[in-house]
Parts: sequence; C-alpha cells; structure tokens
Amino acid sequence: MLKKIFHIGSNSPVAHDTFRLVLETDASVTVRSGQFVDIALPGRYLRRPISVSDVLPRGLVLYYKIVGEGTREMAAMTPGTALELLLPLGSGFGPEKCREKALLVGGGLGAAPLYLLARELLQAGKHPTAVLGFNRADEICLAEEFRALGVPVHVATLDGSVGTKGFVTDAIAAEKLQADFFYSCGPLPMMKALCAALDIPGQVSLEERMGCGAGFCYGCSVQTLEGPRRVCADGPVFDKEVVLW
Amino acid sequence: MVNRLAVNLCGIPMQNPLVPASGSFGFGLELADTLDLNLLGGISLKGTTREARFGNPTPRIAECTAGMINSVGLQNPGIEVLVSEKAPALRRIYRGVIIANISGYSVEEYAFNCGRADACPDIDLLEVNISCPNVHGGGMAFGTEPKLAAAVTRAVKEVTEKPVFIKLSPNVTDIVSIAKACEDAGADGITLVNTFLGMRIDIARRQPVIANKMGGFSGAAIFPIALRMVYQVAHACRIPVMGCGGVQRAEDVIEMMMAGATAVQVGAENLRNPMACPEMLEALPELMDRLGIKCLQDIIGVV
Repeated sequence: MLKKIFHIGSNSPVAHDTFRLVLETDASVTVRSGQFVDIALPGRYLRRPISVSDVLPRGLVLYYKIVGEGTREMAAMTPGTALELLLPLGSGFGPEKCREKALLVGGGLGAAPLYLLARELLQAGKHPTAVLGFNRADEICLAEEFRALGVPVHVATLDGSVGTKGFVTDAIAAEKLQADFFYSCGPLPMMKALCAALDIPGQVSLEERMGCGAGFCYGCSVQTLEGPRRVCADGPVFDKEVVLW
Repeated sequence: MVNRLAVNLCGIPMQNPLVPASGSFGFGLELADTLDLNLLGGISLKGTTREARFGNPTPRIAECTAGMINSVGLQNPGIEVLVSEKAPALRRIYRGVIIANISGYSVEEYAFNCGRADACPDIDLLEVNISCPNVHGGGMAFGTEPKLAAAVTRAVKEVTEKPVFIKLSPNVTDIVSIAKACEDAGADGITLVNTFLGMRIDIARRQPVIANKMGGFSGAAIFPIALRMVYQVAHACRIPVMGCGGVQRAEDVIEMMMAGATAVQVGAENLRNPMACPEMLEALPELMDRLGIKCLQDIIGVV
C-alpha cells in the first residue's frame, strides 16, 4: 500500500449524479481490476473508498456517484486539485478463473471495476460479455466504453426505458447468455439473485462501510463460509460460494 | 548519542513514547508491509477476549466532524490465538514493546485471559480494557464503578508478573476516583481514555448509521477532553499514564506528555493515515528544538 498524491485531470458528469474522475500522477501505477483506492477529502475525517475502473499510463479512472456530502464536494472539484490516495487496496478479481467466456454483470456503478476486468480478460484472449443494469436511462454509464473495447453489452433498466425491462437476471434470461464464469459488482440483492439464477461459478465484489480501508481496523468485516473476512483487505472480491447470502 | 525521544514506562525502556492504540492497528502484522514497525515505541494489540468474536453487525463505522464512531465490538480470534500465533509472529519482526489488550465479560474471564497472556514471553505489558459490560452484573461496564474496576485490577494482578495498565472508559462522572481505585488495587499504570459513547443518524433513512445504534466516538474532536482527563489522573496518581485520545500530530504528543502522559497512544488517526505514527516521530525532533525540549522524558507532567 502506498500513500500518493494525484491531481485531477478531469471530473465530468457522465450520467445522473454520476461522475468520471481522471486522476493523474508522475509515475505508472499498478492496480488490478476489483481493487480500490481510498481518497482523503479536505475537511472530511475518513477517506472515500472508490473502485478503479481503468489504469492509464500515468493515472487512474474512477467513477463515483453523489451519495452524501463528501461525494457532493468531490463533484465540485476542478482539474488540477491535489488528492491524497492510499492504493492499491483489496483483493482483485481473478481473470484467470474464467476458461473462455465470462459474464460481467454490473448494477449501476458496479459496472466501473468490470471495465478494467474486461480489458484484462481481452488481453488474456478471453471473451467477456457485459450485462449492465440501471434504474433508468439517465443513469446508464460505461455501456459505450465496453462497446468501444469490442465487448457485447446488454442493458437492463427497471423502467424499461432502454434494453430489457427488469433486472440483469431478466436480460441474461432473455438473451440466453452463456458463460463458464461470471463476475459481478452491484447491489447485494442483485448479486444474490444472480448467484441463484446462474449455475456457473463466479466472483462478487462486496461493499461495506469502511474505516481504515486497509485491513487493520476490522470495521467492515463480514461473516463468510470460511469465517470472518474483512471486505477491504480479504475482499472486496469473494468467490460466490463463500458468501453467506 | 542520547536518544531524545526515549522514555521509561514503569521500568520498561521505550525508544519513543508513541504507541498505536488498541483496535486502530490490528495485531501490527497487518501493517508490516506498509511501514517500518520498528519505528514504534510500542504496539497495543487488538482487544482480545477468551473466545473468538465476530463483533457487532455492520455498518459499524460512522464518520463524524473531526472524528468517527466505531462499533466493531471486539472482533478478535480469542486469547489462545493471540498468545500462540499473533504475539509470537509480531515478536519475530518487532523489537519494541508489545502490549496485549485484554477484555472480559466477567472478573474470572479477565483473570483467565491475563493468565494466558502472562505465560506468553512475547508480550511485555498487559493493558486491561475495563469498558466492557459486566454480564454478571446487569451489563454495567466494569470501568464505571471504582469497586468493580478495583476488583478486575486485583484479579489480574494476582495472575501476572507483567506490568498491568488499566485502560479507563471516559464515560464516567469522576475519572479520578476510578483511576485511584485501580492504583490502590495494584495497577502499574493507567491508559486513558477509551472512546466516548456516541451516535449518528442517517437523516435520509431516518435510522442510526451504526447497526448497533451507538458506538465509540474517537478522533481529533476528543483531544481536549482526553487531555483534561490525562492531566487530572496523572496529577492524582503516582503510577504512569499512557495518554490516548485524538492525538494526530507531534504537537499533540508534546501536549499529552506535558499533561502527564509517559507514553502517548494514537488511535483513530491511524485509520485516516496509516503512516501517522512515523510521520509524528519524524516531526518531533525539530518541534522539540523549537520548544527548547532536550528530552521528552523531561516534560512529562511539567504542567
């Protein structure tokens, strides 16, 4: 884990209350898909853990949603602003666990870490397909970015305004999507339904309110089949079989 | 050359007074790759109970202005894992003072845990957390009643040769009476303070942020209160004090020591900045020069 200063390259809205944040630094950074950074915000006591969506030659791409006062302040930050990050944090996804065809299932901003995973899978010669679920059309993000990689994208919206009406599980059923492994990040009920619907092995990225973000305060522990695990350090990515749904 | 930062804590030499507080630094091992542990004067390990505990349901962290609430609820692997795995593993990589933080839900459990820790050669000092509820006494915390605090102190002193520090809860009317009861019962030192009982509400969801509703408030905001309590206890007792509460910079370390602390613990700040202790240690010599302080040992309780 490193403590490092980044500068905002850009911080632009891409969907309803959703921002794409490009952070630049003076050297290359090593982050795997599913890992996250912990950002110190001026005047806020705890850091904000945010998953990494892409790694640039000298920077990172993150997506975040305005969910409280801290992220609202982030949304007002301008290019050039310095931010102190701890990184890389957490375990990543295991792209090697997929033999050939992978389903990348994102709910809302859960799509963000799956983008870097898609790049890793493509690099390994595997075939990812993205299934992205949103509430409404104006929340859709990252779909075009996946398509630009050449990844097939299926969208589900709860109100039916775009793609399949309903949940990601409805889109998977409607399109009869096949894979040997799945990766998911999104709301817990969505991932629970997904694990019940798919009889292939998979990994899920969990979320929990964190203290230190680096495995020593034990604030974000969850019970698993293998005993207590820290979401920040043992996860956030877990095999679906060990999660106590 | 004289080490200007060195202090002596009831006979135990420390290369400096800085100690990550229990619960804010795991078992030290979790941070071995992040910083040089051997820079630290001591490490107070995660609070340990007789049996393994998962702790409270999540969310168990809430952010506050200049602080945070935690309701981790003593998640720990149990005393046997502490003495047979965690402490020996830390000793292999760490030369400073290893402090076992002991919890219990009855006087008997405190004594049992301290007896087990006493038998572990890798543990240098016991810090007994008496903020736990007494399950045989209606759930009132041991640390809120001088007689109960003294009973725990006497029971653990009987089973160990190692120095015993009693860690006090600040959620009391008269902290000095509790500290003096511990001193009279044979405590070798006092750590204070533990966290303040606090609460936050999510106004959009109309629910407490913490699953357990309440938790322990710590961080920069509590510094003046912790400092006041350290001052009161250090001046009322003859035994040494480890000052704890809201310390986040080198100036705070000096202030705690001037108030009477022999060692200074750093808690919540580690969660915001895992390098907090090494950064404070780096800043101390220049600050001491500016303040005309030759050695830290000289300023303990000067105010």
